[in-house]
Amino acid sequence: MSKRKATYASKLKRATHMLFFKRHTKPGVKGWELRKALGSDYPKVLRIVDDYLKALDLEVKTVFEEGKQVEKPTLEQLDKARFYVALRGGLVPKEAKMIGWRIDDFAGLAMAIGYIISKKGKASREDVEELLRNKLPGWKVGLNVDRYIRYGYLTEDEGGQLYLDWRTRAEVDQKALIDLLLGAETQT
Amino acid sequence: MQSKKVHEKLGREKLHRIIETCKSVEERSLDPFLLNVSENISTVKEYFPEWKIPEDLCLDAETLHHIASVVKLQSEWVKHRSTSLYTDPFLLEEKLRRMEKEEIARTFLEAWHPLIEWEQISLHSLSEAIRYWNSLVPLNERWKEKPPTEVGSGLATREELVRERILRDKAFSEELESFWHELRNVVAEKGKNGKIRYWDFIGAESYGETVDRAFMTSFLITYGYATLEIYPLEEEMFVVPYEKPVVKTSQKQLVSIPISVSAGDWQKWRRGELA
Repeated sequence: MSKRKATYASKLKRATHMLFFKRHTKPGVKGWELRKALGSDYPKVLRIVDDYLKALDLEVKTVFEEGKQVEKPTLEQLDKARFYVALRGGLVPKEAKMIGWRIDDFAGLAMAIGYIISKKGKASREDVEELLRNKLPGWKVGLNVDRYIRYGYLTEDEGGQLYLDWRTRAEVDQKALIDLLLGAETQT
Repeated sequence: MQSKKVHEKLGREKLHRIIETCKSVEERSLDPFLLNVSENISTVKEYFPEWKIPEDLCLDAETLHHIASVVKLQSEWVKHRSTSLYTDPFLLEEKLRRMEKEEIARTFLEAWHPLIEWEQISLHSLSEAIRYWNSLVPLNERWKEKPPTEVGSGLATREELVRERILRDKAFSEELESFWHELRNVVAEKGKNGKIRYWDFIGAESYGETVDRAFMTSFLITYGYATLEIYPLEEEMFVVPYEKPVVKTSQKQLVSIPISVSAGDWQKWRRGELA
């Protein structure tokens, strides 16, 4: 094996460890951490990791600061971004059960996220809970919203306003969700 | 005159109303276009010449600040409407209400790509944990109630109190007198023109002793045994002992001079960097 190949093989291993193993309270790794560990060519290393993961229906996901979409990111933007390993495709309901969530929990989360997106990223907890009460038992609504907050899907300020949090930005294709929700209605 | 006051009062009320409206738009996420910006700006303009006192001017500024916040919200609203994520909230809400929860969940799963994370213990952290466990004192030992320590009462001698610095060795006036004599001797030996640099007098081998000497020097000056000469431009300060204690009359305003005697200053003096 050439020296260059060996270097990249070692960088790939290191990048995989950093991406998969949770080192902080949040999963994933910041760009500057990868640069420090792998060198300035870490975006190239990540591309190779991503190629390997493709076969496993996984991908290296980049989430830029404040959830912005960036077409051609600069090195500075990449340094500030967070990189995760996520499922490339979607899950079928049967598989979703393995995660330990009930169908109610997914529906509640989808409703809360959809509603907050439609309200320009901010909605009062009262309004969200009122919407959820349509489909979920009343006693469960507050608990579920707390759970979404705890998992990092939503965040709440002192004024009782709910916002989308880091996990939604990392895991949910917001545009696809809105399109699917609107599209699904027309089919019924 | 009366009508002017009434006019001003009315203006204040109008500004307060504008602020309240802006706040409700900001806090309740209402449609920012509910506020007629140009009309409100005209109101602010109309009353501005009336304001003379700072409170009114602050109210005017606060009103403008809130109007500006609503204008910012209007700009964000337009931006959001132009993005692909824009959806009429009422339309979406209505659709969410009408969809079955199973259908919503199925839809969500198509747009959801959960993160993968592993939590696994490594050999290193396992060995660290074992080391910690082995050194951990058992709970029954850690939580063992300690018998209250018996404190016996007894008499303390004067020497012990002096050693603990609760009492001084001599009466304070005696001590002050001897400190004054020391100052005069030091000035005679090391001083120039009947005075000595402040730090050269108070500075001692230890910081504690230095503070003690600064404390006594302050009493020498207060009780008229000595005075301070300060040259602010040269940043120099001298202690000048009197031949006899001077009784200060109240004809002249007495002043207090704070002098910092910090550990840093003491170290500088030790290094010869402080006058």
